[in-house]
Amino acid sequence: MAPPVSTPKSASPSQPSGKSEVTDLKLQLRQLAGSRAPGADDAKRDLFKRVISCMTVGIDVSPAFSEMVMCSATSDVVLKKMCYLYVGNYARCNPDLALLTINFLQKDCHDQDPTIRGLALRSLCSLRVQNLVEYLVAPLAAGLKDHSSYVRTVAAIGVLKLYHISATMCHDSDFPAALKALMLSDPDAQVVANCLYSLLEIWTQDAANSDEAAREIETLYGKSIIYYLLNRIKDFSEWAQCLVLDLVSKYIPSDNNEIFDMMNLLEDRLQHANGAVVLATIKVFLHLTMSMTDVHQQVYERIKAPLLTLVGAGSPEQSYAVLCHLHLLVMRAPMLFSSDYKHFYCQFSDPSYVKKLKLEMLTAIANESNTYEIVTELCEYAGNVDVPIARESIRAVGKIALQQYDVNAIVDRLLQFLEMEKDYVTAETLVLVKDLLRKYPQWSHDCIAVVGNISSNSIQEPKAKAALIWMLGEYSQDMMDAPYVLESLVENWEEEHSPEVRLHLLTAVMRCFFKRAPETQKALGAALAAGLADNNQDVHDRALFYYRLLQYDVAVAERVVNPPKQAVSVFADTQSSEIKDRIFDEFNSLSVVYQKPSYLFTDKEHRGPFEFSENLSNLAIGGDSGDDVIHSAQRYEENDKDLLLSTSDKEENGGPTHNGSSTYSAPSDVNSSRSLVSSSTTQPAAFAIDDLLGLGVLDTPVLPPPPALSLNAKPVLDPGTFQKKWGQLTVSSSQESTLSIQGVASLTAPQSLIKHMQNNSIQCIASGGQPPNYKFFFFAQKEGSSSFFLVECIVNTASAKAQIKIKADDASASDAFASLFQSALSNFGSS
Amino acid sequence: MISQFFVLSQRGDNIVFRDYRGEVAKGSAEIFFRKVKFWKEDEAEEAPPVFNVDGVNYIHVKVVGLFFVATSRVNVPPSLVLELLQRIARVTKDYLGVLNEDSIRKNFVLVYELLDEVIDFGYPQTTSTEVLKSYVFNEPIVVDAGRLPPLGPAAIFMQGTKRMPGTAVTKSVVATEPGGKKREEIFVDIIEKISVTFSSSGYILTSEIDGTIQMKSYLTGNPEIRLALNEDLSIGRNGSSLYDYRSSSGSGTVILDDCNFHESVHLESFDVDRTLSLIPPDGEFAVMNYRMTQEFKPPFRVTALIEEAGSSRAEVILKIRADFSPNVTANTITVQMPVPSYTMRASFELEAGATGQTTDFKEGSRRLEWNLKKIVGGAEHTLRAKLTFSQEIHGNIAKEAGPVNMNFTIPMYNASKLQVRYLQIAKKSKTYNPYRWVRYVTQANSYVARL
Repeated sequence: MAPPVSTPKSASPSQPSGKSEVTDLKLQLRQLAGSRAPGADDAKRDLFKRVISCMTVGIDVSPAFSEMVMCSATSDVVLKKMCYLYVGNYARCNPDLALLTINFLQKDCHDQDPTIRGLALRSLCSLRVQNLVEYLVAPLAAGLKDHSSYVRTVAAIGVLKLYHISATMCHDSDFPAALKALMLSDPDAQVVANCLYSLLEIWTQDAANSDEAAREIETLYGKSIIYYLLNRIKDFSEWAQCLVLDLVSKYIPSDNNEIFDMMNLLEDRLQHANGAVVLATIKVFLHLTMSMTDVHQQVYERIKAPLLTLVGAGSPEQSYAVLCHLHLLVMRAPMLFSSDYKHFYCQFSDPSYVKKLKLEMLTAIANESNTYEIVTELCEYAGNVDVPIARESIRAVGKIALQQYDVNAIVDRLLQFLEMEKDYVTAETLVLVKDLLRKYPQWSHDCIAVVGNISSNSIQEPKAKAALIWMLGEYSQDMMDAPYVLESLVENWEEEHSPEVRLHLLTAVMRCFFKRAPETQKALGAALAAGLADNNQDVHDRALFYYRLLQYDVAVAERVVNPPKQAVSVFADTQSSEIKDRIFDEFNSLSVVYQKPSYLFTDKEHRGPFEFSENLSNLAIGGDSGDDVIHSAQRYEENDKDLLLSTSDKEENGGPTHNGSSTYSAPSDVNSSRSLVSSSTTQPAAFAIDDLLGLGVLDTPVLPPPPALSLNAKPVLDPGTFQKKWGQLTVSSSQESTLSIQGVASLTAPQSLIKHMQNNSIQCIASGGQPPNYKFFFFAQKEGSSSFFLVECIVNTASAKAQIKIKADDASASDAFASLFQSALSNFGSS
Repeated sequence: MISQFFVLSQRGDNIVFRDYRGEVAKGSAEIFFRKVKFWKEDEAEEAPPVFNVDGVNYIHVKVVGLFFVATSRVNVPPSLVLELLQRIARVTKDYLGVLNEDSIRKNFVLVYELLDEVIDFGYPQTTSTEVLKSYVFNEPIVVDAGRLPPLGPAAIFMQGTKRMPGTAVTKSVVATEPGGKKREEIFVDIIEKISVTFSSSGYILTSEIDGTIQMKSYLTGNPEIRLALNEDLSIGRNGSSLYDYRSSSGSGTVILDDCNFHESVHLESFDVDRTLSLIPPDGEFAVMNYRMTQEFKPPFRVTALIEEAGSSRAEVILKIRADFSPNVTANTITVQMPVPSYTMRASFELEAGATGQTTDFKEGSRRLEWNLKKIVGGAEHTLRAKLTFSQEIHGNIAKEAGPVNMNFTIPMYNASKLQVRYLQIAKKSKTYNPYRWVRYVTQANSYVARL
């Protein structure tokens, strides 16, 4: 049970101290075991309480097992229940002794009182002892037919418990079928709900190995069962309503009328005081209306008020969970919330995790009409005593500025921050001003005037210092004393602990040199000397690189270090839209709170009952497409999911499904051996050959002549269409390719390859992964035609190989495209 | 589905521990406690209610200083688990009368009985206090409520023993009273949490009321109850959620932005005459939650001023005025004001003849604190403080101080003007006349004045 507690706090009888206590308890229990004396039950109660209390604090009282069982022959319900609790806790570790309890539990299963029957049945099923399962079957079967609904609710969950102990026993006794029959006929809603819980879990687990279970699951999402449950939704307890609603959210209605009927039926669930019911209903509404844009938008409008009420009504924890969902919706459709911004102002009593969410929401919904007020509010937080929140607020102001609304006023505010002279405010602001200047170089004059007044000595944080140094280098022509500030920084090289700052310092001095050579020459010399002697490899290398570059040709050096810059138009988003969609699919789950899809934080065997389709995803991808079990809409969804899986995750999933797995894993085996050969043979020569021929591919049997295919340089394809196409088309070409050494070296982040492919008119629509595995989805369009090529490309930098799957609208052009793609890929790193 | 449920004390001791599915390792309570305790040491941040450690999701709520925790390995709906945890706390309170560490320790067997029925194999079964009655066989051991931290805003009614029967809200739904006979009574509490932000010029920037009508019934035989609210109550702000302080003010109508209801409430006549009818289940529950952003008169006006007084000194003047009727008294008022981080000392000057007021300078958090036992409606109080700094002032000192935050409780006052016009209990016989209590209380949620 629980871990032992350090020391019991009080000397009360419920806080025993350990071993001697257990021996003492054993002794006393034995004395009472056979006693029929009046008052014996009371004495037993006290003793049992002490035992349970030991159990709770983590003392192992299992040595008293037989004594407890001996005492259990009683008609006192309180005693019985304590005994059940005890037995349920220790039976698993003492399977032999557990047998002792079977007798009285079985007897109690026939008791006249339904409460006793239910309790006994529950305890019997909770023993979790493998070799006792045979004793469970008969009581369970009887329990499912019991005339008391309480016993039936217990039995319905009991079947699930049996399944977890012995799945075969559960199936041999035909319990799933019995549960299904009960689910469809029982007058008691809780019995129905429990049957549903059990069936979902049982069939979800079975679905991995059995088509039949998969089909059964399908029927649960089918019209007849969904309607059956919806029609009696108000009979269910609020918790069971959540279950039903979750099931409904997976249902695919046949037409719009059906959607409206369901929404009308569930409308009043949005007024429920229980937030769980409201969120489950919202999920249904959102998913039902996915394909109806205007209604979907109306749903957003409709759910706003109930969500805000829930945020205000519950405990801080409850409102946090609701707020996380609101956050998700705000991020998806910020415009729809732009007039509600005041609801997201931070309150004094909000915990910091709530404030952070609110700041992000305020940032997202800022637009022309509300920016002024939002920024004014955020500026109030900048002086906040809560320093992390103050920092976040300043960052939020900066982010809003980068969204291009009312930049003018915001820059003024940011510059005012610098005047506050609080070190963390200054630090955060400097970083922001730097980003702003990268996007709006036209503001440099105003900013530089203020930034120039900041003493570099007063800034300690590396990020801020680096930002200041960057500005000194970038705008040295506008800042009178830039060379001298840089010089003094170089003089203190030794005291600068952050390599990041030293790297920036090197570059800044270089840039300053190209603009104001006479004033900077001395500092540059000192900086290069210090850099060459630096212990940090990166700093050393950069200094050496600059040094040689200058030696080679100063003009070239200037072009490398100080080229004319383009303003950054959009800063990269941290989360891909696929991930966001995936989280939206998992609305009303922990994914929303963690802001990541469930496969990133749950073990495979614990994925919920509704995530079963992931297991099937390989059927549709790897297996042949003639699988009629899954209809097309379903497959579309599975492919969706597949798109978002990382490579490693996908391989894991390959396991138990039928031929899907073999087709998937086979090539990779061949591959690894092949790539061994190829890498060993190509490595030494690769440098030269790659550069000359632009080919790094040895595996493809015949390399077609340079393709006569030309691609549209700027094709447009939205992710939704991509996913749909990917689901519809079959693989027209599947190959492996080897990356050049330079290519592997450049692939430190997915972006480098994406850029490279872009130059070859091949666009990336999604990418992800961690070194050494990266996964990309590319697309390209044939020039002057509407036909697209879709590519899945999995790169392993460790083995320098790439697996490519191509799907094409026009399959005849697929080979030409494949070779084009391959040559582009092998060129990577050499250009 | 839930793997384990446990209750931990503030010190991290297991008070109750129930493993439903045996799929999470036994050390989970310890892992949880350590994680919560040391969430982010450097930033002094609170742990969020939901987090994941090694594939185990820990979901918790804090009630009366105790942690109610559920663990799960699957991707559960967080709001479902949090609601359930809160409900477990409430049901436990219904049975024990008072919820705190002591009462749970004394009644842990009863709590186990409840847990057995509330969750089976990780799936929620029933949380109805009434249904659970038939499965609970232990008699609650009632704990003295007097000195213990209370649960929820309704706890205010336990303070003092004025007209309210002091022990009423701490009565167990199952315990028989010493007199033998159960007293027939029903409590309806209108509890409002108000949030107001004043600008530096005293202008109201934002205001909101989050209210709840809470009911606790000790009536036998489940009679039907009719609860009538303001006749001119209207709900929804025509789709616009903009704060408009001019519209609808003065007309006297109460306009709620939105509300929700307990499932036992029938709304058939609500649209006609704003009457809620319900058969109240046993125990405590929220009949209705509502939210209002309509303009209302804030109960307190707060003005704060900080002025330089020499090169390294400043003077602070805090003034609060109670803008409500003299027969209402606010109590447990706290006013806090952060001061510049380089403040060394503060000396306070209360108004002449002030009683029941204390002041403090919290050095650690650089905050002035002013506590007032009570404020009678119409009264005005002022506090002056002289600050001494460790360095010379530069820049705008007002930017380094504030905002002022205020906490208070005002019994028998509600800011929204939402009222229970009458509380009607379906009569069983002529002599049947149960006690009925309708009580109002307003609390500060976030009451802030900027400098």
